[in-house]
Amino acid sequence: MSAMLEIADLHVGYGKVEAVRGVSLSLDKGRIVTVIGPNGAGKTTLLGAAMGLLASRGVLRFEGADLHELGVEDRVERGFCLVPERRELFGEMTVGDNLILGAYSRRKDAAFVKSALDGVFDRFPRLAERRRQRADTLSGGERQMLAIGRALMAGPRLLLLDEPSLGLAPLIVRDILRIVATLRDTGVSILLVEQNARAALETADYGYVLETGEIALHGAASDLLNDPRVMATYLGGATE
Amino acid sequence: MTPDIALILTVDGLANGAIYLLAGLGLVLIFSVTRVVFVPFGDIAAFTALTLAAFQMQRVPGTIGLVAVLAAVASLMELGAAVRRRSADGLAQRLFGYGLLPLIPCGLAWLIAARDVPEIVRIPVALGLALPMGPLLDRIAFRPIADASVLVLLIVAIALHFAIAGLGLLFFGPEGFRTTALVDGIFELPGGLVITGQLILMMASAVLLAVLFFLFFERSLIGKALRATAVNRTGARLVGIRPERTGVTAYLIASALAGISGILIGPSTTIYYDSGFLIGLKAFVGAIIGGLVSYPVTALGALFVGVMESFASFFSSAMKEVVVFSLLIPVLLWRSLALAHGGDEEHEELDG
Ligand SMILES: Nc1ncnc2c1ncn2[C@@H]1O[C@H](COP(=O)(O)OP(=O)(O)O)[C@@H](O)[C@H]1O
Ligand SMILES: [Mg+2]
Repeated sequence: MSAMLEIADLHVGYGKVEAVRGVSLSLDKGRIVTVIGPNGAGKTTLLGAAMGLLASRGVLRFEGADLHELGVEDRVERGFCLVPERRELFGEMTVGDNLILGAYSRRKDAAFVKSALDGVFDRFPRLAERRRQRADTLSGGERQMLAIGRALMAGPRLLLLDEPSLGLAPLIVRDILRIVATLRDTGVSILLVEQNARAALETADYGYVLETGEIALHGAASDLLNDPRVMATYLGGATE
Repeated sequence: MTPDIALILTVDGLANGAIYLLAGLGLVLIFSVTRVVFVPFGDIAAFTALTLAAFQMQRVPGTIGLVAVLAAVASLMELGAAVRRRSADGLAQRLFGYGLLPLIPCGLAWLIAARDVPEIVRIPVALGLALPMGPLLDRIAFRPIADASVLVLLIVAIALHFAIAGLGLLFFGPEGFRTTALVDGIFELPGGLVITGQLILMMASAVLLAVLFFLFFERSLIGKALRATAVNRTGARLVGIRPERTGVTAYLIASALAGISGILIGPSTTIYYDSGFLIGLKAFVGAIIGGLVSYPVTALGALFVGVMESFASFFSSAMKEVVVFSLLIPVLLWRSLALAHGGDEEHEELDG
C-alpha cells in the first residue's frame, strides 16, 4: 500500500538560501506523524511547501496525486489542510464566521457544514460560547482552538499542524494535544510539527527529527522517546 | 449666507456626496480585496452616463467598441497564458467568461441603440455594459502583476485611467452630454425648502444600495469570503477561497456601483469622456478618510466631501476643486498620526 503523503528529496529555499534540503518522509493513512526540531530547523518551511504556499523541488504526493500540479485551494478541496504557525485567523470577523468560512471548500453541502459545525462546537465548547465574539478578542489557547476548528470545518483527511503548542500554557498544550489524538478516531491523519518534543512524541506514532533543513533521525515515536541522542538534545536529559 | 441657502447647499452637497459614497464603497471594496486603488472606477461611471446619453439620442454608444476591445485583449491573454502553461485546463471557462459573456450586453446595446425604446430598457442595458469593464481591466492590467507592491499597482491604475480615457475620447468624442432627468417633479418641504425629484432619487438610491451592500457583506457567504480575503489573504487561501475569484466578484460589484453612480449623476452634471477622474478622485478623498478600509467612515467622508464641495462652489466655483483636495492634507496628517498609534494591529496574529 502506498503512503497517504509521500515527500522525497524535497528542497525549499528563500532566494538562494535553502531552508529545507532533501527531506524525505511518509505518512500512512490513520497515523499521527510528528516532525520535531529546534527553532529555525525548517519545519514551517516544510509545511509551507507541502501546502503550496512556497515553491519547492522534489517529490510531493498526496493520495497518489502530484501536489505540484495543484494550487493551495485545490489541495484544501481534496482534504489537505494546514493549521499554520501564525494561525491566520480572520481577526475582525466573528468566531462563527471564521468557522463557517472554514467550510468554504464544502459550501455546496449544507448538511455537511451543519454537522461539521456541531462537531467543532462539541469538541471545543469554548468556541460555542464565543461564537458571536470577534476572533481577535480570543486568548491564545482559544485562538489555537479556533484555528484547528476552522481547519476541521473543511472535513480534512490529512491535517498539517504547525506548532499548536506555541505560546500556550502547559495545561492548555496538554488539552490541545489530547484533542489532536482524538481526531485520529474520526479518520483524520495528522502531520504534527512541534518544538515541544516530548509532548509531540507522546502523541505521535512515528517521528522525524529535523535539524538545519535535513532529517537527522527517524523512528517509532516510542523509540525516539528513549533514544539517548533525542533525550539529550530535545527532552532535557533523562526521562522520569 | 442665509440659513435657507445653507440648507439648499447642504441638500445639494448630500446628493453629490451620495454619488461619492457609492464610488467610495467601490474603491474601498477593491482596495481591501486586491490592494489596487482602482482609479478607473470613475471612468466606468462616466462611460455609463455617456452610454445612456447615446441611447437617448438613438446613437450607437462607443462603450460597445470599448468593451469588445477589452474582451478581445483579455481572451488573447488567456490564450497566451494557456500556451505558456502548456495546459488548456479551465481555458474554455475563462474564454467564456472574459471573451463571450461581455459580448451579451454589447449585442443588446447594439439592438436597442437606434430604436425608440423606453428608459426602463435603456438603463439596465447601459448598466450591463458597465459590468464587464471592471473584471476585464482587472484581467488585463492587474492580474499579471497581482503580487506587486501597492505603489506599483497604484501607478498602473493611474496609467490605466489615462489609457482608457484615451479610448473614451476615441469612442465617445470630445463633446459632453447630459442625460434626461430620470424622474420629474419638484417637492416643497414644510420649511419652504424646494427639492427636486432627481436629488431625492440620488440620495434614496445611495441609502438603499449602502444597506444592500452592508447586508451582503454581513450575511452572505460570498460577502464573508470577500471580507476574509481582505482581512487575511493567506488565511482565506487556506480555507479554499481563491483570491482571483473574489477579485472578480469585487470588480463586478464595483462596476455595478460605478454604473449606477454614472446613471445617477448623468442628469445633473455634464459628462465628458474624461469626467470620471474627478468623480473617482473625490470618492478617493472620502475613502482615504475611511483609511481605505472602513466602509462606514468612507460613507461619512464621501458625504462630507460632497457638502464641502457644494459650499465651496457657492463662494467661488473656480476654487471648488482646490478646497476639496486641500481637505486631503489635514486628513492625511490625521490618518498618519492615527496609524502611528494603532500601527501594531496588523501584527496581531504574530503573538498567537
Ligand atoms: N520568509 C523568509 N525569508 C527568508 N528566510 C526565511 C524565511 N522564513 C524562514 N526563513 C529561514 O528559513 C529557516 C527555517 O525557518 P522555519 O521553517 O521557520 O523554521 P522552524 O519552523 O523550524 O522554526 C530559518 O533559517 C529561517 O531564518
Ligand atoms: Mg516554525
